Amino acid sequence: MLTPLLKLLRYSDIFVVAKIAIRMHKEPKALIILKRTWGDYCLLGFRAERIATEAQPGQFIMVRSGDNLHPLLRRPISIHSVQDDTVEIFFQQAGIGTRLLGQKEKDDTLDIIGPLGKGFHLENSLQEKSVALIGGGRGIAPLYFLAHKLRNLGALPRIYYGGRTINDIPLRKKFEEEDFEILLTTDDGSFGSKGQVTDLLHVSLQDFSPIRIFACGPEAMMQKVSRIAREKNIAAEFSLEAIMGCGFGACWGCVRKLKNDTQEEWSKICEEGPVFPGEKIIWQEEEQ
Amino acid sequence: MTDLSVDLGFLRLKNPVLTASGTFGYGVEFTPFVDLNELGGFVVKGLYFHPRPGNPPPRLVETASGLINAIGLQGIGVKRFSEEILPRLKDYDTALIVNVCGDEDEEYAAVTEYLDKQDGIAAYELNISCPNTKRDGRCPALSPDTTHAVVSLVKKTSKRPVITKLSPNVTDITEIALAAQEGGSDGLALANTFLAMAIDVETRTPKLANVFGGLSGPAIKPLTLRMVYQVAQSVQIPIVGIGGIVSGNDALEYMIAGASAIEVGTANFVDPESTKNIIRDLEAYCRKNGIQRIEQIIGTLKV
Ligand SMILES: Cc1cc2nc3c(=O)[nH]c(=O)nc-3n(C[C@H](O)[C@H](O)[C@H](O)COP(=O)(O)OP(=O)(O)OC[C@H]3O[C@@H](n4cnc5c(N)ncnc54)[C@H](O)[C@@H]3O)c2cc1C
Ligand SMILES: Cc1cc2nc3c(=O)[nH]c(=O)nc-3n(C[C@H](O)[C@H](O)[C@H](O)COP(=O)(O)O)c2cc1C
Ligand code: FES
Repeated sequence: MLTPLLKLLRYSDIFVVAKIAIRMHKEPKALIILKRTWGDYCLLGFRAERIATEAQPGQFIMVRSGDNLHPLLRRPISIHSVQDDTVEIFFQQAGIGTRLLGQKEKDDTLDIIGPLGKGFHLENSLQEKSVALIGGGRGIAPLYFLAHKLRNLGALPRIYYGGRTINDIPLRKKFEEEDFEILLTTDDGSFGSKGQVTDLLHVSLQDFSPIRIFACGPEAMMQKVSRIAREKNIAAEFSLEAIMGCGFGACWGCVRKLKNDTQEEWSKICEEGPVFPGEKIIWQEEEQ
Repeated sequence: MTDLSVDLGFLRLKNPVLTASGTFGYGVEFTPFVDLNELGGFVVKGLYFHPRPGNPPPRLVETASGLINAIGLQGIGVKRFSEEILPRLKDYDTALIVNVCGDEDEEYAAVTEYLDKQDGIAAYELNISCPNTKRDGRCPALSPDTTHAVVSLVKKTSKRPVITKLSPNVTDITEIALAAQEGGSDGLALANTFLAMAIDVETRTPKLANVFGGLSGPAIKPLTLRMVYQVAQSVQIPIVGIGGIVSGNDALEYMIAGASAIEVGTANFVDPESTKNIIRDLEAYCRKNGIQRIEQIIGTLKV
């Protein structure tokens, strides 16, 4: 049935159909089958087969926090893990929407759209190579999925995971139990090395040479990672955040100016990102 | 069988449900969720003659049951729209309405003149009411004279029907509506967003880089509903009701108040299938109440 239809379309149309139509799904009633909480942090696992099948690390979903009209908009949350027909998200209760999400229980349902955006670039050339994953606070969320994909690809991921206190690095055991190489930091020294995750990265790069860095976390952290990566000449990718209206390119709400942008056009984080290579990003201090 | 079609005089719609400009992209973004052929029509993102960068971020902030946006009409301009987008939309069996913008009156006319040469457009919606582009939200729709001037200029050349989209940020909306009618507008769209702001108390800074933005969503529905009702009492041309519509019930309120059609805006973000659900709800309402043609309920408020 599809072939005659596709023949009617010109090449550019096929591209659009492929890019948009085949990529995202709405799951109005994804059944929650798993919940874990650690203080402010929460992990929910739910059934969403089509999203699970297609998701790539670094992609996200747009989720409604409830049925009511306040809060109104969906919230963007990264895909944390995928197993068979199940998708997991890991989030910090940062405000009204994520707090309501944190009140969801097993057997409740979630209204989600996904998978959205463009994720991290994974190439076969990463095989048997060391790569560094740097996650700050809730920014660890997409890196778990990424770590698994990298391992399956035959790459050697090392995870740097930092938080303000011991309470902000709840996923450490999960990584350790699965035998990932993981280095931990807390700002107050309550667990792991004292200081910021970027300090540890900086020091450890003296005798560790990853060929790629993947980072997600607070903007200031990613900016430091970017500087370190540039100094060491390591290609790096970053997952950026933005306030989003729709999550799929329809509202122009999530834009940010990137290095190759023209005067006329800024980039939509939801569509062209949220993951971008370091060369494209204009960090705050560089902004004029 | 219920007949959901509505006649705007200059345009017959298969049902009264349209989408609001800026909330439905260029239509193609929504094809995974809605069959565009099922819609009464859709209004694409506002177009200036040239591409526009829009405002710096943050451009969005959520408030109680509402959304303040200061997109500033980022857009691709008429040329790219005609070359890249229109060919993809032409084959849909629904009314494609283009939201037309301008910095000067002449720019509105230049946009419609350019688009007049393109196929596949059913009507223009003159966006003379965007609060986000210049001078603290100033726009032609804030006074009867400037409204009359731009509408009559565009009508002089336009080969297609013109729906003028009004601003709610005025003291007496009926004055402006009458000015648009006198200028030759074929219909009215009520309304654009309410000029608004939000403040971060920790940093004491505005939550939008542009300081001001336009409020949309369920929070504004009672306000624009009142305006639609008032304007329906004073003009002869058809009205398209816009503001906070998320359900069939909301759409019905606007129609009973006097709107011949409605546009769904912010709700498309909350649920990209909203339009579909609203059409279904309208049909169910008509069936339940023994209404054969939905047009029968337009302007039937009993006071
Ligand atoms: C692509 C993407 C993926 C994300 N993945 C995750 C994830 O996996 N886990 C996680 O915990 N968080 C993630 N976030 C951040 C998450 O979306 C925000 O924390 C959430 O939207 C805040 O909503 P709220 O209603 O709880 O807070 P609100 O009450 O709306 O606001 C609380 C605070 O959060 C800020 N905020 C609001 N919206 C956003 C936003 N979209 N991004 C960043 N800050 C925001 C506000 O400015 C305010 O300071 C992601 C964001 C993006 C853009
Ligand atoms: C993100 C966003 C972008 C918008 N862009 C436009 C636009 O380009 N042109 C226009 O006339 N109105 C624009 N609007 C206003 C809507 O078309 C509509 O009038 C308004 O949102 C009220 O309807 P709602 O409450 O259903 O959203 C925009 C609104 C939003 C939320
Ligand atoms: S969130 Fe709407 S365009 Fe990116």
